[in-house]
Amino acid sequence: MTTSNDLLVVTSSPHVHSPDSVPNAMRDVLIALVPALLAGLYFFRLPALAVIAACVASAYAAEIICLRVMKKPQTGEASAIITGLLLAFCIPPHLPVWMAVLGSVFSIVIAKHLFGGLGQNIFNPALIGRAFLLASFPVAMTSWSRPLDGVTTATPLSIMKEATGQALPSLSELFLGNVSGSIAETSALAILLGGAYLLYRGHIDWRIPGSFLGTVFILMSIAGWVKGAGFWYPFFHLFAGGLLLGAFFMATDWVTTPVTKLGRIIFGVGCGSLVVLIRLKGGYPEGVAYSILLMNLVTPLIDRYTRARVFGRVKSHA
Amino acid sequence: MKKATFRGGIHLDGHKELTSGLETVVAHIPDRVYIPLSQHIGAPCVPLVVVGDQVKKGQKIGASKGFVSAPIHASVSGTVVAIELMEHPGGSFVPCIIIENDRKEEWAESVIPHRDPASLTPDELRAIILEAGIVGKGGATFPSHVKYAPVEGKIVDTVILNGVECEPYLTTDHRLMLERSDKIVAGLGYIMRAVGCERGIIAVEENKMDAVAVMEKAAAEAKNITIVVLKEKYPQGSEKQLIYACTGREVPVGGLPLAVGVIVNNVGTASALARAVELGIPFIGRNVTVSGPGIRNPANYRVRIGTLFSELIKQSGGYVGEVEKIIAGGPMMGKTVFTDNLPVVKGTSGIIIFTKEENRHSKEFACVRCAKCIDVCPAYLEPTSLVRLAKRKAWEDAERMDAMSCIECSSCVYVCPAQIPLIQHIRRAKQAILAAKARPQG
Repeated sequence: MTTSNDLLVVTSSPHVHSPDSVPNAMRDVLIALVPALLAGLYFFRLPALAVIAACVASAYAAEIICLRVMKKPQTGEASAIITGLLLAFCIPPHLPVWMAVLGSVFSIVIAKHLFGGLGQNIFNPALIGRAFLLASFPVAMTSWSRPLDGVTTATPLSIMKEATGQALPSLSELFLGNVSGSIAETSALAILLGGAYLLYRGHIDWRIPGSFLGTVFILMSIAGWVKGAGFWYPFFHLFAGGLLLGAFFMATDWVTTPVTKLGRIIFGVGCGSLVVLIRLKGGYPEGVAYSILLMNLVTPLIDRYTRARVFGRVKSHA
Repeated sequence: MKKATFRGGIHLDGHKELTSGLETVVAHIPDRVYIPLSQHIGAPCVPLVVVGDQVKKGQKIGASKGFVSAPIHASVSGTVVAIELMEHPGGSFVPCIIIENDRKEEWAESVIPHRDPASLTPDELRAIILEAGIVGKGGATFPSHVKYAPVEGKIVDTVILNGVECEPYLTTDHRLMLERSDKIVAGLGYIMRAVGCERGIIAVEENKMDAVAVMEKAAAEAKNITIVVLKEKYPQGSEKQLIYACTGREVPVGGLPLAVGVIVNNVGTASALARAVELGIPFIGRNVTVSGPGIRNPANYRVRIGTLFSELIKQSGGYVGEVEKIIAGGPMMGKTVFTDNLPVVKGTSGIIIFTKEENRHSKEFACVRCAKCIDVCPAYLEPTSLVRLAKRKAWEDAERMDAMSCIECSSCVYVCPAQIPLIQHIRRAKQAILAAKARPQG
């Protein structure tokens, strides 16, 4: 502007903005998923690659088609890719690719877009996809294979649940991920790395994974003591199955979890308690997915009853 | 030591290093000054002069009979050449008294030092403050004499001077504390006397430790004045958040600071008030930071009220790059203006120039419920829930969720990754709630 006659841009305050954006946040989640992705590919090789590629590609395609059919603008952010990845991470590596595609499309179309799209869904789309697949194809969804050689075997949690007599893997094997299970849930180490990154970047609140894992640890310690199982028992439950993946990547989903701090703790405690209940008393060896979905269901209720006291809502001094 | 603060808020890039080390310089006194008849919250003034009148520096040229109002004074000596409508930094058009400067710098007869300021009674002090046109310099421009007027049944036990200056870029208060600490302490003393209270606090953010040291020295004699160092966080300087940080008291919803026995003033207000009480000089000048990426030489100026923005920009070496925005005030709560052909008024703390670079807009997304707005809200509101209610015009629900408690600090908008202009929706809800209250029942 050089003369007083040119008009400047006038906008409402504020005139500065943090570098945060939805696309940046989604990119960070993708980065955080990379260690688990690499661990999954390392342990389960080509079959895992096929399932992951199918899930991601079909989720993204479903997203684009949904937006077009619903005459909404293309958002250009990566949430559909994350949904596809997360679904692939929590299904068996040898699942037929067409089933994976079906689950992925179900996640995006039914669980996300029929509820109103980004920000509107009640349930975690990836977990809905998993629940749909488990209900539709119970055999394929519970056929597990050993890492590296792909020989059919049971997961550590089902060995424990069904007392098949097979030897349980050691804690260090569980921690590194050299056990059977869903594609990217086996390596605790890889998931913890990604979770730490999300915490560091400020995208997730420590309250959810903290209360979720804390609850499981405490309740399983008690259960272990009652069973006389020993010191390793609660750690086994922390590292086995989808608990860490769920606690860091699914129970922390912004859209489907509480917005209040106290609400997040309640959410985490609820998830943890349900996991323990399902693992110890339920019909399934694993319960992370259902526990999170059930808590998704009560999220609006939790938000409503944990609303913060507004500044100045105090007893009058007068 | 753990620094006092409030809950919520955000950390901003201060950019204060552009001007914090620069001593305040006297701005060129212009050939013409443009003095708006309204520079405060409350009733506008009516002119006391007509075109052709000779006026002297410090002469009262506009006043109002309203209680909530403040008179205006000539900032130069000279001739009134016109009284006409001009754009005001606040966005409206306001009649302005235009004075051609005769460069004689002659003081008005009314400007006489008070021989014994220490003997003035609270009533006398308030009368001087009213006559001098002192208003809050922090930006809200509330007439100070009104703030100090006694209210039945309310006792003030603490006066807090706000030296927080939490808006990015602005450094006038910082410089004032370094350069005029004696006046600030004296002004605080007069305010305490005017309201009859025993405790004075000067609150400074931790990013200005040099000012803390200077203020501590200046206040060393005064046993009842303490310097409180606060955490660097926006909006630390917001009245209610400041009171909470300094005293632990929460101003009740809908209440004034008086409800918890506190009065808050800006450090600049205190120094202007000291000049008025001791020297009889009314509010005819103020300090202004001219800064931002779009200005060649950022600076702090001592400016006569009525000096055009464009004159200060010229003195700062002019614009750099493609200028898109001029902000009167700070970038978080300041108002953008259409042109630089505007006068500096009593509430102008800064003139910030932004280029195309700073003015990029990102696409707005749907709310993803990340709750960052809730985490940062210093009023403990749920901005995203209020926006949802405002969008479907559920004004009563918005009122129940305390939309009126929003202090419009814009922290929620700053952090929102979905780039939702939350504050505009909340302002709309507040307007609707106010309108519904104003409407007669039945």
